[in-house]
Amino acid sequence: MNLQRGRVEAPVLLAITVLVTLFTVLPMLVSISAGFTANFSRGLASGLTTRWIEEVWALYGSTVWRSTLLALACVVVGLLIGVPAAWALARSTSRAARVFEELLTLPVAVPGLATALALILAYGELRGFRQSFAFILVGHVVFTLPFMVRTVSAAFARDDMQSLDEAARSLGASFPQRFLGVLIPAVAPSIVAASLMVFTLSVGEFNLTWMLHTPLTRTLPVGLADSYASMRIEIGSAYTLVFFIVILPMLWGMQALARWIENLHGTAASRR
Amino acid sequence: MILAACIAPAAVVFAAFWLLPMVRLVWLPSTVGASTYFVVLTEPRYLKSLAQTTALSIAVTVVALVVAAAVGLYLGRRQFAGRRLLLSVLTLPLSFPGVIVGFFVILIGGRQGPFASSTESMFGEPITFAYGLSGLFIAYLYFSLPRAIASFTAVAERLEHELEEAARSLGARPWHIVRDVWWPALQPTALAVGAILFATAMGAFGTAFTLASRFEVLPITIYNEFTNYANFALAASLSIALGVMTWAVLFVARRFGAPSVGAAA
Repeated sequence: MNLQRGRVEAPVLLAITVLVTLFTVLPMLVSISAGFTANFSRGLASGLTTRWIEEVWALYGSTVWRSTLLALACVVVGLLIGVPAAWALARSTSRAARVFEELLTLPVAVPGLATALALILAYGELRGFRQSFAFILVGHVVFTLPFMVRTVSAAFARDDMQSLDEAARSLGASFPQRFLGVLIPAVAPSIVAASLMVFTLSVGEFNLTWMLHTPLTRTLPVGLADSYASMRIEIGSAYTLVFFIVILPMLWGMQALARWIENLHGTAASRR
Repeated sequence: MILAACIAPAAVVFAAFWLLPMVRLVWLPSTVGASTYFVVLTEPRYLKSLAQTTALSIAVTVVALVVAAAVGLYLGRRQFAGRRLLLSVLTLPLSFPGVIVGFFVILIGGRQGPFASSTESMFGEPITFAYGLSGLFIAYLYFSLPRAIASFTAVAERLEHELEEAARSLGARPWHIVRDVWWPALQPTALAVGAILFATAMGAFGTAFTLASRFEVLPITIYNEFTNYANFALAASLSIALGVMTWAVLFVARRFGAPSVGAAA
């Protein structure tokens, strides 16, 4: 079938697609070039420099690693508490389990600002906790937990998982053996995909973090907001550039890894 | 027994760091007086902020849905070199923090931006669009489009061509194809994505914070009440109102078959 023939509307769709592409890409390009420009209001004619990037690295370099660590910690906590819960929610038929599943999604449906206010009102008095990294971590964990639990729970709920579990049990495997040796490997791609989602959300989270952070626990998005508000526009651009060159390749690498694991898993499963 | 033990750690963390703090937040306005719960409706200043935020979010959602449906229909039903790359570029902003989107608008439409300098050389007066309603609208559109484009492209890839070809061969006008073929096929997605876009726009804080707009949206009102005026009960009341609204919209959309987890920005 010739898709192009007789498509009166195609030029309109094409024009909108081109405009949307420009709308999406142009700010990124302007931002990248501004990070290298000596003086943004005079444009590229003022010369190219890496001075702004060096300044950002000296001022805000620590936020990059703090955000990466935070996101990794968030994934680890999510795996430790989320994966067992996902299995239990997939198996349980009780009403309480459905209620808990429903409640768990609330931190996503309610704006981050509300969650942050609640945390501050409840724990703001506990100075040691309030000023620590852990305060931001618990905020990120409750916000990302539904993504981990829902994704993995859907995988555990598949029919073949039930028979796999029963087969392992009939062979005399204990629960920890079955869970770690059989069930978790069987849903590995979903766990990897959920971890990637949690990492991405945590690394870019601002709405909660801005309220929860202290000067010593600034994350990358918090640092960005700070530089946009108080530094010259070239510094803000250079900082945005640092986000592009450090965080985006990190996310792409993890996406590639996730795809690789899924392919590996697919071929292993078909060989079985 | 094992089931309970598996759920317990997650339940404890969730109860300690979300449910109980939230119960306290919901309780807080009552300590000042039951009428505090309704300030968003009774106090003109807050009602205005709520109305502005809702109107902006609806406008952004509608425009994003229409534009993204066009892009999705184009990308979803054609094969060309670089299509995957284009799609990944268009959905790249999904991983940007909201503050970056606000900064983009300042960069292009702010006082030092190319738009200001080119309008100055043309009209002798620099025009900026970053600091008012138009800046917010453009920024919200920027972070709303990628999510809608990703969803509509996925649906368009599975769209049947036969119906459209049949309609066309029977002499249907383009408008009829839009109404009778495209709309029924895309409508469930439009509803689901629309709810997520609306909820995200209502709660968007980072973008509005960066733009420091003269046009005040509800998350900024809440932030100001809390941080600048230490008006905790009022901030709690306003965030309950905002939370109930976004939750209700997502809940209703889910009744119509939308996915449960998806909003985040």
